[in-house]
Amino acid sequence: MDHAETVTRHEPARRRFMQFLLGGGLLASAASFLYPILRYLVPPAATDLGGDSVVAAKVGDLKPNSGKIFRFGSRPGLLVLTADGEYRAMSAVCTHLNCTVQYRGDVREVWCACHNGFYDLNGRNVAGPPPRPLESYDVHIKGDEIFVSRRRRA
Amino acid sequence: MTTRITRRPWLLAFAAACFLLSAALCGAQTQPQAAKSSCVECHSSFPAPTGVTEEQWAADIHAQKGLTCASCHGGDPKDASPEGAMSKKAGFRGKPKRTEIPALCAKCHSDGTYMRQYDPSLRTDQLAQYQTSVHGKRLARGDTKVAVCIDCHSVHGIRPAKDPRSTVNPLNVASTCARCHSDAAYMKDYKIKTDQFAGYSASVHHDAMAVRGDLSAPTCTTCHGNHGAAPPGVASVENVCSTCHVFQAQLFDTSPHKAAFQAMGTGSCITCHSNHRIVHPTDKLIGTGNESVCTNCHASGDPGFTAAARINDDLTKLDEALKRSDEVLDKAERSGMEVSQARLEEAQGHDSLIKARVTVHSFRPEKVEQDTQAGMKIADKTYKAGLQALAERDYRRKGLGLSLITIVVVLIGLRMYIRQIESRDQSGGS
Amino acid sequence: MGNTPEAVPQASTHTNRLVRWLDERFGWEQLIAPLRHKTVPVHKLSYWYFLGGMTLFLFMIQVLTGILLLLYYRPSANEAFESVQYIMTQVQFGWLVRSIHSWSANLMIFTAFAHMFSVLFLRAYTKPRELTWITGMVLLFLALGFGFSGYLLPWNTLAFFATKVGTQITGQVPVIGKPLLIFLRGGEEVTGATLTRFFGFHVALLPGITTLMITLHILLIQRLGMSVPRGLEAAWKELPPNKRETPFFPNFFAHELMAWYVALGVLGALAALYPWELGSKADPFAVAPAGIRPEWYFMFMFQTLKLIPAKVGPIDGELLGILGFGLVGLIWVLLPFLGGDRYGRRQVFIRGLGVFALAYMFSMTIYGYMAAK
Repeated sequence: MDHAETVTRHEPARRRFMQFLLGGGLLASAASFLYPILRYLVPPAATDLGGDSVVAAKVGDLKPNSGKIFRFGSRPGLLVLTADGEYRAMSAVCTHLNCTVQYRGDVREVWCACHNGFYDLNGRNVAGPPPRPLESYDVHIKGDEIFVSRRRRA
Repeated sequence: MTTRITRRPWLLAFAAACFLLSAALCGAQTQPQAAKSSCVECHSSFPAPTGVTEEQWAADIHAQKGLTCASCHGGDPKDASPEGAMSKKAGFRGKPKRTEIPALCAKCHSDGTYMRQYDPSLRTDQLAQYQTSVHGKRLARGDTKVAVCIDCHSVHGIRPAKDPRSTVNPLNVASTCARCHSDAAYMKDYKIKTDQFAGYSASVHHDAMAVRGDLSAPTCTTCHGNHGAAPPGVASVENVCSTCHVFQAQLFDTSPHKAAFQAMGTGSCITCHSNHRIVHPTDKLIGTGNESVCTNCHASGDPGFTAAARINDDLTKLDEALKRSDEVLDKAERSGMEVSQARLEEAQGHDSLIKARVTVHSFRPEKVEQDTQAGMKIADKTYKAGLQALAERDYRRKGLGLSLITIVVVLIGLRMYIRQIESRDQSGGS
Repeated sequence: MGNTPEAVPQASTHTNRLVRWLDERFGWEQLIAPLRHKTVPVHKLSYWYFLGGMTLFLFMIQVLTGILLLLYYRPSANEAFESVQYIMTQVQFGWLVRSIHSWSANLMIFTAFAHMFSVLFLRAYTKPRELTWITGMVLLFLALGFGFSGYLLPWNTLAFFATKVGTQITGQVPVIGKPLLIFLRGGEEVTGATLTRFFGFHVALLPGITTLMITLHILLIQRLGMSVPRGLEAAWKELPPNKRETPFFPNFFAHELMAWYVALGVLGALAALYPWELGSKADPFAVAPAGIRPEWYFMFMFQTLKLIPAKVGPIDGELLGILGFGLVGLIWVLLPFLGGDRYGRRQVFIRGLGVFALAYMFSMTIYGYMAAK
């Protein structure tokens, strides 16, 4: 009897506290779920996925007989515009000790500054320590964008 | 009993013809067409040194090109009797003397017109080269212990150098030279060491060829020459090494060591790196520690000593900075953070360290510092990126903590709610 | 009974007005009336009732996170891996959505199996609940199909080879195996075509069938009510006043909500503390790395196939294993028709079978992981 009385006397206060706790908790938890979802819906600034096909540069970025390093996946790639106006692309990771190679317009070959390794424009190792050729990539031009993609094997 | 086949004679003839034809084809299926000779018929059953088996001879490039025993030894291979085959009348020369062998081989191999029939791109200057070599010169003076053609190329089973089984294939050259040059007893009368093969086998050049399969790696003949074999003079050591190690030689030429080593008469590169036992250099090779070579000449107090210490310091610092950045990026990656951009930049940091290790050959700390400073900047940047990734991870965990708190509040609230409606159900509404 | 509207927390007058508006146009009150009267039996084993709802909740989480992932995922071999990488690293809270999706998938399959076994041991599949059991088994197979098709979508090395092996095993089924393999793979080999196909299965075909099955499953449960353990069923039939029940709304649902919130907390913690791995991009021409294994829910079958000798008599060992599993699956689906009466003696045998199956799956899974080390 006593217990029931105490219960009934405290009930309105307890009920209000419970409602406050439950309502507040539900709202707060809902907010903590909705906040990430709403942030998720906003597209990020960087839209390029950087996948198997990458925009290496725009037409006009390169002068003839020059090269440019671009990001391909998580490794560097080399894009070259030859003196004849042809685009060539290959991996920029030297097969000797993984230094980043560069294009030399004076000798018209790809050169590794670490140990003086040379590759021709097909990626073949022609002089110095590199034991293997550089992987070549395909180049496609769409509009004014230069796409570099991995060679599709047969 | 007559069978169907005997009742039809044309069928029988046809079957016989097939049988004979296949037998003939089988018989004709021989291994590399070696010219049949009576020499081999007898000599294949003899023991060494006069024994030559059919198998051995068939593997020889000369046999495959249609030459016979008589091409070098004279005689008549068609005559089955020993007297006739090995008669002076038939031009039999027998076993040539060692001093005669180079000239014998050169009879064909120095004849451009003759060799063009077989392989137009083969060189024909081997004899001329040989005559400039230590072997050739000593042979001319009567020393028959030195190497002649058949010692390196073997005899009666000679394979072209491209063949990996050939004794003069790059993979096998060192062991071929070592047959004499590592034999202390054989080399007793000559005033040269016999530890070259042992040294080379422990070297990074041997490792590149034998272990990593790079056939362009140097072996004995790369630095000493093959037919014109002679050790490069002290003055030419740098020239020989720089055919591959271009940058190191260029830097060395600008360094104070060039003049110093020339004056001392030591062989530039080999002073620090040795000639045969060239091991993979570590950062410890330069500096003032007990594994360094600098202290062989430099003592505490002299400028060379200080320079060596500084260079070693720079290299070690960069190496450590790159390792530290690598560790933090590893940690971030393991916690699920994505750090591929930082990894890309880290690779460039490694580039700087590799370049710095080449620049060492200028022996000028300022030049080395140019490379190491660039690397330090990058290592610093990637380290910071790693720390940022870890901070992001902690931020996520804080966010999680917050939402877990709200969840606990809801759970408490629900518990209270349940208690209340249950007590009301029990006491209140029937 | 205390099922008056006051039992629900005081709704505001606005909600009352909305309810009245719906009722005048939709017959709302009549529609939800059965729900107001719905009760759930209360007894020692009541807690097992939560498993079904938990599976449903986790499925809804999958749908929600799946739709969010759809906004950024690209289902082509060229871009799939990079798009998942993009979600994990560039999209705000992408890591959270993706990790929750992967973790919840595994939790859902676990609760689905637990739910199935609890129904088995509580003998809740017997007449009149045969169809509920069958729709439930179909849902279990659909869940495994979701798991298998979804696993390939990130297009990483592990997933690629797991799919290769999994479809290879399917191809061993006699007669229909090869056409089935080609149907699944979209060709002879696992290629980008497989990825596109699996994507179609995962986001369209399977969800469609699953929605239908869930609707049927829940409708049946609604119609038939919750089963109670055998002993209680008899006791309560004798003395109806002893029946202990609780209203579904709000009591049971409040309990269920607690369970769901705990699940949310667990998922969040797993996503933040153990984010799902990205792996490395699949290379169809690379050699399969050592230690290829399927996800844990397929491990017991995989390990069994590995243990069967290459030839058992005249029959190919792997084929025998596949047929064996097919047979067991069929028996499992048909259990309500094979088990006889709920109080019959055959039930003891089925319980034994259930215990054996559970122990077998458990130990084979562990064995598989230890052997892979």
